[in-house]
Amino acid sequence: MALQDVCGFLETLDDISPCTYLPNEMGYMRRTPFEFDRDSAFHFLPPPQQCSRKNRAPTLFSSTFSSLSPHQQPFQLSHGTTTLGFIFQDGVIAAADTRASCKGLICCPISQKIMPIHSHLVVNTSGSGADCMLWERILTREMRLYQLRHRKRLSVNGAAKLLSMMLHPFKGTNVCVAATLCGWDGEETQETLQSCMEIADVKKAVEQDSNVSAISDESAQGSVKMASINEQDEISKDTQALNPTVSDQNTKNVQSTFGGRSGPRVCYVCSDGLQLKGEIISVGSGSPYAYAVLDDGWRWGMTVDEAVALAREAVFRATHWDAYSGNNVDLFHITAHGWRRRDREDLKEEYYREREREKKKIKEREKERQKREGDELVEGEGDIYSVHCG
Amino acid sequence: MMISARAYGDNGKMKEYHYTGPVEHKFSPYAFNGGTVLAVAGEDFALVASDTRLSEGYSIHSRDSPKCYKLTDTTVIGCSGFHGDCLTLTKIIEARLKMYKHSNNKSMTSGAIAAMLSTILYGKRFFPYYVYNIIGGLDEEGRGAVYSFDPVGSYQRDTYKAGGSASAMLQPLLDNQIGFKNMENVEQLPLTLEKAVQLVKDVFISAAERDVYTGDALKICIITKEGIREEIVPLRKD
Repeated sequence: MALQDVCGFLETLDDISPCTYLPNEMGYMRRTPFEFDRDSAFHFLPPPQQCSRKNRAPTLFSSTFSSLSPHQQPFQLSHGTTTLGFIFQDGVIAAADTRASCKGLICCPISQKIMPIHSHLVVNTSGSGADCMLWERILTREMRLYQLRHRKRLSVNGAAKLLSMMLHPFKGTNVCVAATLCGWDGEETQETLQSCMEIADVKKAVEQDSNVSAISDESAQGSVKMASINEQDEISKDTQALNPTVSDQNTKNVQSTFGGRSGPRVCYVCSDGLQLKGEIISVGSGSPYAYAVLDDGWRWGMTVDEAVALAREAVFRATHWDAYSGNNVDLFHITAHGWRRRDREDLKEEYYREREREKKKIKEREKERQKREGDELVEGEGDIYSVHCG
Repeated sequence: MMISARAYGDNGKMKEYHYTGPVEHKFSPYAFNGGTVLAVAGEDFALVASDTRLSEGYSIHSRDSPKCYKLTDTTVIGCSGFHGDCLTLTKIIEARLKMYKHSNNKSMTSGAIAAMLSTILYGKRFFPYYVYNIIGGLDEEGRGAVYSFDPVGSYQRDTYKAGGSASAMLQPLLDNQIGFKNMENVEQLPLTLEKAVQLVKDVFISAAERDVYTGDALKICIITKEGIREEIVPLRKD
């Protein structure tokens, strides 16, 4: 956007008078701490005004936005997914499938639906692919600005409110974003600034090789240590003596911080305006199946391995039943030290392993049955039937 | 006069047609002009190929309208969908490239062009460009890069991608031949330029067999560090 300003390049929408820049609600909001500067991303994308002059005869694609009702687009945007996030005693787990579908065709079998925003926050996106990509970028930018201005990181709830307010002008249009913010609220010190700068490197590594397992670490005192395990390169930074003041993670209420309690947090934001907080949140066409598995296995006191296994199982079952979810599963685990990414796993292998397990079970059951019948016949009185040997 | 079986109902009697009233046909600003685009990235090369047929409905407007547009010495974009939007979009991209060159004194890299195109497309989120774009080129390290887009700007980097009318037929074939998907116990050799060009030719010949909007000729742009080379191969004209 800075480049656009330097070039003086305006998007080819005539008749963008200043009053159509931002609707009234946004104008009111500019007096609040969430001050969006005028050169924000919105200046190229004023939301289409709700048609107040409905009986106007449709003219030939004239300039005013208000005469354009949403056209029957001849294509569908990508939808359909399974994403989930839940909190437990040792942090937050965020998991998602990797299928991006477009009305029956799989546009991309290896899309990335979980995107890190900063060292302690990731967002699970579902809905329309382009909207999610762009809004995640806008949210990252706003959070970074907040952090630079106020010298502390915005909490997960705060980020949810921010995203919800930014999406509000687009309510009623077909912008479709359903994001689950999963993160750890914690105390703030100076090294978070450093950590955010290195996010860009990690993101690049993550994008280039989906098998990278990136670890983001942060302690209360030491500087940031970031290692991305990759056969080709290793980005590592030196740490000072780690002396975490993050106390026992077995309780929800760890410390009182400037913004409130710290700890794991999961928040859902939708472009309709819905905002939810909770312990388990799952979004998408495969979410009913995922909820069934999660409700069954979730306990606050789970270990990390149990939680990871539960998330993986939930996504696997959802991909099995839902046509619009599938391919691989991505998993992120967020703790007080930051987020950690697990290798992307192809569920096709899991499906074959499952089949093998089923076959084995059937064989064993068959054996049991024969053994039981053999015993019964031995105990029974008549010897009409021949004896089966188990 | 041919009367099809559909004119008869289940009981053998002819179906009655109900006149439901006047039907309003709204002017649609979009049209579908057909065409298929394909891009493949190799170790040190990239290919962008497209057919050259421009059609609309049952007619062919032109047999010589390729859909690959050269942007810089290392990047080519393939656009299929609505031809009007393709032309305007490429004009805008070329203008932006020139401005960047003048202000920054260097050409845009493939990744930067992809990011810029994403924002250009999203800028018209509520009246989109009906164009399926695929960018093929070399990245800063000289490796092949392919970026595929949806009409509103969602994009990602791929190794290969097919877009346009025959994309649903070509993509599975590429998944199998280049991605080695669904092949067990197979040695995965890296793709050479000659093999890739031959594969693209074969793939388009197949597409022309089954897709009415694909045919006439195939234009392949081969991007290597030496520059961009073009090859034209005839396809079915029926």
